[in-house]
Amino acid sequence: MNVTLLFLAVIGAIIAWWMAGQRLTSKPWLEASPVQTATSMNDPAAPTIKIGLYVFLGVVGALFSLFISAYFMRMASSDWWGMPVPGLLWVNTGLLAASSAALQWAKTEARHGRMETLKPALTTGLLLAALFLAGQIEAWRELTAAGYVLADNPANSFFYLLTGLHGLHILGGLAVTGRTTVRAFAANVPPTQLRLSVDLCATYSHFMLAVWLVLFALFAGWANDFVDLCRQLLS
Amino acid sequence: MVEIPAGSADAVPAAEVEDMELYHPKSWWTKYVFSQDAKIIAVQYAITAISIGLVALVLSWLMRLQLAFPGYFAFIDADHYYQFITMHGMIMVVYLLTALFLGGFGNYLIPLMVGARDMVFPYANMLSYWIYLLAVLILVAGFFAPGGPTGAGWTLYPPQSVLSGTPGGQDWGILLMLSSLIVFVIGFTMGGLNYVVTVLQGRARGMTLMRMPLTVWGIFTATVMALLAFPALFVACVMMLFDRLLGTSFFMPAIVEMGTQLQHGGGSPILFQHLFWFFGHPEVYIVALPAFGIVSDLISTHARKNIFGYRMMVWAIVIIAALSFVVWAHHMYVSGMNPAFGFFFATTTLIIAVPTAIKVYNWVLTLWRGDIHLTLPMLFALAFIVTFVNGGLTGLFLGNVVVDVPLSDTMFVVAHFHMVMGVAPILVIFGAIYHWYPKVTGRLLNTALGHIHYWITFLGAYAIFFPMHYLGLLGVPRRYYEIGETSFVPPSAHTLNIFITIMALIVGAAQVVFLFNLIWSLFRGKEAGGNPWRATTLEWQTPQTPPAHGNWGKDLPVVYRWAYDYSVPGAPEDFIPQTQPATGGLTREVMR
Repeated sequence: MNVTLLFLAVIGAIIAWWMAGQRLTSKPWLEASPVQTATSMNDPAAPTIKIGLYVFLGVVGALFSLFISAYFMRMASSDWWGMPVPGLLWVNTGLLAASSAALQWAKTEARHGRMETLKPALTTGLLLAALFLAGQIEAWRELTAAGYVLADNPANSFFYLLTGLHGLHILGGLAVTGRTTVRAFAANVPPTQLRLSVDLCATYSHFMLAVWLVLFALFAGWANDFVDLCRQLLS
Repeated sequence: MVEIPAGSADAVPAAEVEDMELYHPKSWWTKYVFSQDAKIIAVQYAITAISIGLVALVLSWLMRLQLAFPGYFAFIDADHYYQFITMHGMIMVVYLLTALFLGGFGNYLIPLMVGARDMVFPYANMLSYWIYLLAVLILVAGFFAPGGPTGAGWTLYPPQSVLSGTPGGQDWGILLMLSSLIVFVIGFTMGGLNYVVTVLQGRARGMTLMRMPLTVWGIFTATVMALLAFPALFVACVMMLFDRLLGTSFFMPAIVEMGTQLQHGGGSPILFQHLFWFFGHPEVYIVALPAFGIVSDLISTHARKNIFGYRMMVWAIVIIAALSFVVWAHHMYVSGMNPAFGFFFATTTLIIAVPTAIKVYNWVLTLWRGDIHLTLPMLFALAFIVTFVNGGLTGLFLGNVVVDVPLSDTMFVVAHFHMVMGVAPILVIFGAIYHWYPKVTGRLLNTALGHIHYWITFLGAYAIFFPMHYLGLLGVPRRYYEIGETSFVPPSAHTLNIFITIMALIVGAAQVVFLFNLIWSLFRGKEAGGNPWRATTLEWQTPQTPPAHGNWGKDLPVVYRWAYDYSVPGAPEDFIPQTQPATGGLTREVMR
């Protein structure tokens, strides 16, 4: 469960950092007068929906870190045979990274109110993410055709389970980005609302890219080398 | 004694909290059924949770009948007994306690207590309830499915949970249980996001974190924990579903069943236990922290005294939450582990006792020299303290590896966890319902009926679970359908079992009085007025009772003080609402 504990330590550090700014050492019973900083927590720079997304990403992060913990624990058994990483996954990784970059571009365009370039940027991000999903399905087909089926080996099981779960998250992101794209093409949506939506889509996309990179490193075996290295250093 | 000058109301900065755009229902359906109003959602959660909780109560009766009169009731065979155990445990822990504290009380109290019009994501909040209801229906479907519900025990340990020897293992039972839990976690996440973000973003002007009532602190912290812990249950359930349905071997070792070699091999049942308890232990505090918070408010309000050590109470909640993520393996001592790990987990477990004890001391010190009103909420709060201390102390026994190993599979553990996370939180729930029912309905619950309910429930629950410790010390095993002729179990243990069963039947029946009171008082109860307990917190300051849609009328409340200004020297009344500005000339005398 080391990975999960590490993740929780990071979350804990964020919470501790946030709480450090919340005057937890104040003595509210002595403060009958209103506190000047009372509303500092309602930072207008952080819209509620954005905080909601961050909290949600924390939950998604917990979910994947738990799966990764389980991956390492299960990997320790003798019946684990690593699985080849299809070359297609490199292409898919490139697609997802490009999709994330396109959404970042969309975010910049939306921030500057350039609606004309926002539309192609969003569409590109959307299409690339959809292509990533199609690529993942194709990778599944290649692997099953080569005889690497789900139940043969725990490495295979984890591969399909984790890529599937990640794919579902990408699918959810696609739905929201698709909706935002449709709204970008509609004339009557206020740019401020659109800006926020694009911002959220980009953040989510970056996060799912990061999750994918970790998973890819796991499947390719680099993460194992890294963990071994850490173990050696610690011992 | 020092004199602290009170500031003037003008010191409140200009409004920075944007008033939210409320969704206004257009029909009866969107107002009362598919409602986005947190107050309605809270009531929906509460009714569903209490209803399914009653099912679990009846299941406990059936179990107890078997234990007291083994073989007497033909329909309770071994399979049914295990199904009753499993469903009773899972329903009580997840579908009743978690749902009622967070979905019920969280939804009702968070927006009102922090001064918001509603939860910040009302639509997701509505979905959360309906997904929870779906989870409950999937769970209940187990009773009607071929083979019945799963009988794997509430911990659902593989490999037995998915084998044919366990009821529901190769039928629908386990599938429905796992699916229901997965759906529950998805639904909870939607609600949980709301509870957390509403506290972060939706607070009224002047409501700093350190002015929040401890109820909100408890529910908020428990929700953060739940958002991080429930994914572990999700992961465990998904992986077990794969093992059961798709033939993978995440948890399933090589196994021969009824002479047939199964296709599984190499899986790790211990991995499941790690995942399950990584959820399971924080779950104890997910239930306990809201109870801690609520009981603090009940004690302070009904003892007319500020909570003792508010800051320490807040810190203790946060520290307990953090520590509860590093104690999970104390549920796995008997599974075998490296002694160094055993030592580590025993130590962390015992350390949790420190912040918990701080809370207990602070409750007692709040009562000390308070103007104690023995109202029903106060009675239930006192009962909670006694029960919780009892259950907590036996937790210290079981936290030690050497004590846990011989006691782990005995009734001692059953007695311990029922005391600490069964009876104690339920007593708080009752106290909280007696306390907030007037706000929800505008009417007080009947006091005479309440006293009957209270005394039977409190003393009865004690009579059930206190003697059970002795059964455990004698070595009476838990989980057994029947003990039969066992040399180390004396006949007196059987007599005690009969006594416990009779008490369980009586306590269960007493809940009918409570249900009757809930319904009767809705129509005939005494009018409560807006603030019958003369309490300080915001929910009692709403312009209407029950609060209308949007809670606050035209303007959001402004908070000028903490939540515990009771019996302030020099004040004209023994409580000062949080919305009352400090008047220029008034000074407060405080103890440093």
